Amino acid sequence: MNECESRILTAAELRPVAQDLVRQGNRFQMAYAVWEGHTVEARYLVALGSRRPFLLLKVRGEGVLPSLAREVPLLGWYEREMMDLAGLHFEEHPEPWPLIVHEGMSVRPPPLGPEGEGKGQLAGESGPPTLPEVRADQVQDLIWGPIRGDVLESGEHHYSYIGEGILHYQMRLFYKHRGLERRFQGLLPTQGVHLAERISGVGSVCHALAYCQAVEAALGLEVPPRAAMLRVILAELERLYNHFHYFGHLCKTTTLKVGEAFGTLLEERVKEVNARLTGSRFLRNCLTVGGLRRDLAGEDIGDIIRTIADEGIAYLERLNRTASHQDRLIGTGILPRQTAFDQGATGPVARASGLDRDMRRDHPYAAYELLHFTVPLYEQGDAQARTQVRMQSLRAALDLIAQAAASLKSGSICADIPARVDRGEGLGWTEGPRGSLYYAVHIRDGRLVRVKIKSPSFSNWRVFPFTVHGSNMMDFAINEASFGLTVAGCDR
Amino acid sequence: MPNWVWLGMKAGRAATDWPHHGPDGQEGNLGMPAFDSGHCPPGCAACVASCPTGAITADGSITIDYGRCIVCQRCLETCPEGALTPSDHWAFAVRERQDLVLAQSAAADEERALSSRIASSLKGSLHIRHVDAGSCNGCESELQALSNPFYNLHRLGIFFTPSPRFADLLLVTGPVTPAMRAPLIRTWEAMPEPRMVMAAGTCAVSGAPMDQGYAAGHGLEGILPVDVWLPGCPPNPAAFIHALLLLLERVPQKVHGGRYEP
Repeated sequence: MNECESRILTAAELRPVAQDLVRQGNRFQMAYAVWEGHTVEARYLVALGSRRPFLLLKVRGEGVLPSLAREVPLLGWYEREMMDLAGLHFEEHPEPWPLIVHEGMSVRPPPLGPEGEGKGQLAGESGPPTLPEVRADQVQDLIWGPIRGDVLESGEHHYSYIGEGILHYQMRLFYKHRGLERRFQGLLPTQGVHLAERISGVGSVCHALAYCQAVEAALGLEVPPRAAMLRVILAELERLYNHFHYFGHLCKTTTLKVGEAFGTLLEERVKEVNARLTGSRFLRNCLTVGGLRRDLAGEDIGDIIRTIADEGIAYLERLNRTASHQDRLIGTGILPRQTAFDQGATGPVARASGLDRDMRRDHPYAAYELLHFTVPLYEQGDAQARTQVRMQSLRAALDLIAQAAASLKSGSICADIPARVDRGEGLGWTEGPRGSLYYAVHIRDGRLVRVKIKSPSFSNWRVFPFTVHGSNMMDFAINEASFGLTVAGCDR
Repeated sequence: MPNWVWLGMKAGRAATDWPHHGPDGQEGNLGMPAFDSGHCPPGCAACVASCPTGAITADGSITIDYGRCIVCQRCLETCPEGALTPSDHWAFAVRERQDLVLAQSAAADEERALSSRIASSLKGSLHIRHVDAGSCNGCESELQALSNPFYNLHRLGIFFTPSPRFADLLLVTGPVTPAMRAPLIRTWEAMPEPRMVMAAGTCAVSGAPMDQGYAAGHGLEGILPVDVWLPGCPPNPAAFIHALLLLLERVPQKVHGGRYEP
């Protein structure tokens, strides 16, 4: 796989190697399984640091592996996903209950397993989830969801609390699981972009871009410079409207009503710019394998965005001078650095807890190598630090759009696509508004046979409960807003 | 510390008066591809092959099911004769699912008399319970935008409510994933009558493009009785407003037999 050093291990070697890697400060990024016939290859992607190739651990076998979830807690969800969907078994898993296929539901045979072409349907009705027994005097249990108030994505939240204090919190997601990784199977590698754009609607660009880059790596394509620079503009416009939305929503939770109105209005202005530039408020229908589907008038975007930039920056400065708003953020939902590392935090959440990672800088893609930007880093790990990271990242996005627009040169916008590639694999990644995003694509006989998607919210939802245990109900909505999570990308 | 009340007042009015007058906010935003059968060369089916959701079929002549269209614009890039062209036809809400199907052979349906299906108690204001039945979050993003100062949905007497007990309309997004089916039906059952249902977004109308595989959904057909169908991927906020006002019989339907009449 591109940008990867591969290392083939036996199941017995896996645990000591993983322990060594983590001890040296390296971080697991994702894990997934690929079946070929009746042999499965479990793959673990490890980041070895900025501007160094990834390490790809491969373990071949018949699907029984030791669980690494005790040594590398962030792998717990990936292993449960492989147990639910790919027919693998991880021995001595500390949380051996279902993740994606709820208690009370089933799908046979496993859809990403050896007989994955089977017509089995996910069926049944979600039964009670597996919860720890919380025993104390006066404990109340609250189940909230999967349908919550307001216009929100579906997901279920479970609280055990006494008065205002939350003893234990966990959520049950994957009500929205659409089986999307399997949907790519059988498509031509050039045909999957519209699906990637619909994994997470507000991440249409970062998903489609990571997908395109993975296929381009598998096919050995070079994207023309103009297309690469326009891709940066699209990705940063997406970051811009997402971050304005984030601040509008955050103000709603701190009941700063006028701040909410300003934030959502700025988001609307960016979406209007998106529509004028691309015909889509979500910047869809532009990306394609090899470059872009059509040329865009990116040269003017710097001027167009300038008024929004001035208003936006004034807005952020006002938020920082509003004590009633800041009071609700300081010290709320603290995520310690070690927990962030162990549980797999990514994006602004990780950078607010002292983990200095940004895919645009550490593993440059598109045209980020040619542009200047700084990556904010905070240590406090509270809601305020998370919002400060987003603020600086929003300013950087405005600056990147201006830089990219100024440096656009005319030229072709799409590479020539080879008629057919029989076999190949590729890894693509982006730094979305919410963090790191990976696509791994496997091609056999000219068709996609496996596509793995790792969305940022899959990482951050796992982390989120660690900031809720021991906190209080009044802070929950603010803390949740400060994480800026989506459900669709996580559930797929 | 900033005086937010003063800042808000100084900023003035941001809301549009659309659809009465004022901008709809959709400059440049592309809608469903427009189709002119006059340009369609016999035997050509380039658009059929290009459509990722099977919205276009050819059986002697071209049939387009806009209820399956995800507005990806691929067909018009493929069409050799310009029979399919980009358009601003996004106000695509209809009362009958069949009105989303454009058949080349069939004549456009005559406008149906608006049946007075809306109980008089709903004419004053409308309360909506939204349910995400597995959407990509695109529809939610646009539904949330309805509450921003520009669209300001409250000006039309339309509100979101947390409780199905207080809701007149169940607004469903997403293809209805296996795990969301039961909670969705329970929500509908909890609503008082008369209750109405809107299938919002192409997923909720037909399932496309989420209608294949082991966790497929096929939209609301056969699950709940639908009063308004609104395809779009996602429908923009103005399209949502048009659909809601159509439900309340405050604006006319623009699409009949798959043909858009501005």
